[in-house]
Amino acid sequence: MKRGALFAAAASLMFASGTAHAALTGQPTPRGVDFQPAATEIMREIQEFHGLLLPIIVAISVFVLVLLLWVMVRYNRRANPTPKKFTHNMLVEVIWTVVPVLILVAIAWKSFPLIYKQERIPEAELTLKVTGNSWFWNLEYPDQGVAIAANLLPEDEARAAGRPWLLATTEPLLVPVDTNVRVLVTSNDVIHSFAIPAFGIKEDAIQGRVNETWFNVEEEGVYYGQCSELCGLNHAYMPVEIRAVSREEFNQWIAAQGGTIASAETPAAPEAAPAAGETPAAPAAEPATPPATPTR
Amino acid sequence: MSHDAAHTADHHDHDDHRPSLWDWKRWVYSTNHKDIGTMYLIFAIIAGLIGGALSGLIRWELAEPGVGVLTSLPWIADVDAAKHYYNSIVTYHGLIMIFFMVMPAMIGGFGNWFVPIMIGAPDMAFPRMNNISFWLLPASFALAVISMIVPGNGDYPGFGGGWTLYAPLSTSATHHSGPSMDLLILSLHIAGASSILGAVNFITTIFNMRAPGMTMHRMPLFAWSVLVTAWLLVLSLPVLAGALTMLLTDRNFGTQFFQAAGGGDPVMYQHLFWFFGHPEVYILILPGFGMISHIVSTFSRKPIFGYLGMAYAMVAIGVIGFVVWAHHMYTVGMGLDLEAYFIAATMVIAVPTGIKIFSWIATMWGGSIDFKVPMLWAIGFIFLFTVGGVTGVVLANSGVDTALHDTYYVVAHFHYVLSLGAVFAIFAGFYYWIPKMSGYRYNGFLGGLHFWVMFVGVNIIFFPQHFLGLQGMPRRYIDYPEAFSYWNHISSIGYAITAVGVLIFLITVVEMFIVRRKAGANPWGEGATTLEWTLSSPPPFHQFNELPVIKPDTHH
Repeated sequence: MKRGALFAAAASLMFASGTAHAALTGQPTPRGVDFQPAATEIMREIQEFHGLLLPIIVAISVFVLVLLLWVMVRYNRRANPTPKKFTHNMLVEVIWTVVPVLILVAIAWKSFPLIYKQERIPEAELTLKVTGNSWFWNLEYPDQGVAIAANLLPEDEARAAGRPWLLATTEPLLVPVDTNVRVLVTSNDVIHSFAIPAFGIKEDAIQGRVNETWFNVEEEGVYYGQCSELCGLNHAYMPVEIRAVSREEFNQWIAAQGGTIASAETPAAPEAAPAAGETPAAPAAEPATPPATPTR
Repeated sequence: MSHDAAHTADHHDHDDHRPSLWDWKRWVYSTNHKDIGTMYLIFAIIAGLIGGALSGLIRWELAEPGVGVLTSLPWIADVDAAKHYYNSIVTYHGLIMIFFMVMPAMIGGFGNWFVPIMIGAPDMAFPRMNNISFWLLPASFALAVISMIVPGNGDYPGFGGGWTLYAPLSTSATHHSGPSMDLLILSLHIAGASSILGAVNFITTIFNMRAPGMTMHRMPLFAWSVLVTAWLLVLSLPVLAGALTMLLTDRNFGTQFFQAAGGGDPVMYQHLFWFFGHPEVYILILPGFGMISHIVSTFSRKPIFGYLGMAYAMVAIGVIGFVVWAHHMYTVGMGLDLEAYFIAATMVIAVPTGIKIFSWIATMWGGSIDFKVPMLWAIGFIFLFTVGGVTGVVLANSGVDTALHDTYYVVAHFHYVLSLGAVFAIFAGFYYWIPKMSGYRYNGFLGGLHFWVMFVGVNIIFFPQHFLGLQGMPRRYIDYPEAFSYWNHISSIGYAITAVGVLIFLITVVEMFIVRRKAGANPWGEGATTLEWTLSSPPPFHQFNELPVIKPDTHH
């Protein structure tokens, strides 16, 4: 049956989203249909949560599809020349109100712990300050006194070096693995958004306020991110490149940049984690550290 | 008004006053709800073709990695100009489709045509205001088109800040120095005024001009859907107007509402915008819900299942729609408790929406379904809207939204509910009512072909975009890493197929007016029970000089 076949094709396309390719780390994979592999616990939990949602939404879509196909086959004009006239059925109406509520409660049950984990910044060992500009990022370790500017690596250089064009930057940022890194995000001009898909973080960079997020990279490797809030002409041209390295290599890099290594090893300043456990209320993402000092 | 009943005999004499099609005064001075509805529909088709052409430029540019297509346009000087032009195409595509295609078609077009007829009224409550509601729209559209052409960013034409017009990008002198943004603000102000006037008209008409016996609980669901929509418009558009005015004064008169340096707050703009913007997306879909109910019932030859549940599900969607806006802003750093609230509130909307989906299927259950063209679109709508709806549940959870926010997953989601939801509903309504409006039947084969080509095309455009979003491709990117090229290419192929579908639509309409098969009063048979099918096709210029009397259980 022609009509059914097309609906079915659409559904099988949906199932295809489950199949995976050999996925690259820290960047998109050609023909990829799923998340980038997780590099942090947060991203792993996002994927687990999505792994719960995907079967639910596919099941709901397929259920609706099957019902539609059934009524099309069973209750078309030929199969059922005389229509019935009922307009109410208390039982099914109660069921299709209550069952979705139960499904949603189950989803919320799993959803809330995830956001609490994302938003409650654990005791940080390192603070990274990120400032968005049109169109590059200032990346700074204030306690170590190291600051770099992440500019897009020009196309010819990227291709010559075999690095991904539009993702690679002139100066990668190094972060140590197995370290709680608190990220403070702000902007010098319009709104940008600091996003690293493999880390499961995306935080808007907004002038006049400092937003917080955090990550703890588990594996050494190169991780890319792209600006995720429309910021004008070169919105597509301000990537971030982060190299997760061992603690030793990180310390060497800090020293080579003229920074202070010592404070990289001791747990960060007292004003770290705003009273872990307290909810940073809406604008209370407002500075524990001074806001928006131009770092350029 | 019922004393008119005495004049039943000369009822038909009034029909002869239909002015000539070529009399310009008939259209410019029109106070006739059907003529105004026709103008809205023609306006929506024209705007839809323009908005669709803009999306063609987007898909053409994105078909291959690298910036290529836009730089080859004669009016694009260099790559930077192309980058700005891309942002501006994305912006105007969104604005035109929302304000000048879907809203005029659903509310202005079908709403004007059929709400008065369905409730048994001779016309809208304020016919002259109806005229200004429509005629403000071409003015507004003209401003938007001029805004697309005049300097926006330096010498580069157009505003490139997205349809959401986020400050400070939209107020920044370094990003948008030119008059383009100011014209766009004025354009949206006027479009908003037009919609508010229209909404006031609908609310008044529905509350005061129902025929004797047409109680609220006997009113057809399409009238219910337009009533809820009109309330959403009246309550949300003033907030947009306020936000737009603040943008205007921030840009021109030195206020600092959204400038952090002057003590303002850019995030405040987003709250104001989305307080309008979220009800707006329900404004775009609710009239579609109403139309789908009628179509499903007509072609199943069975009354609507759970009429009251259907009506109040729409009311519930409208009410809850006002308290979920910040789910568009999970990444602004809003704080834990606020996020938790917006997750919960947003997911609640899935319940009334589910009631609607299942009630449509229950309406078909036990029916005797005729797969006429409007029914194809309606069934397509139900399935595709479900797919778009369930990805909405995913995005409602800010935990996952952190990964998907501002990626192509979001683009796929809202095009499934709008481009495949609202637009399918519009086509369903068009094929359902065009025999009534024009008096002619269209070629069913062409209508069916239009459906199938479009169904395949839009799915090929938007389904792969879920994959791109999961992989992390951000929205509003003129260029992308090569890893994203495969699904982008597939998506662009889908656009070409969809474009063929649109062409078939135009051919279907033209063929209908050339061949002129008479439709008769009710081409759909016993299943079509609402009042418009009791009138001739096209209906008399002024209907219901004698008001119809509605008895219990005859209509829904």
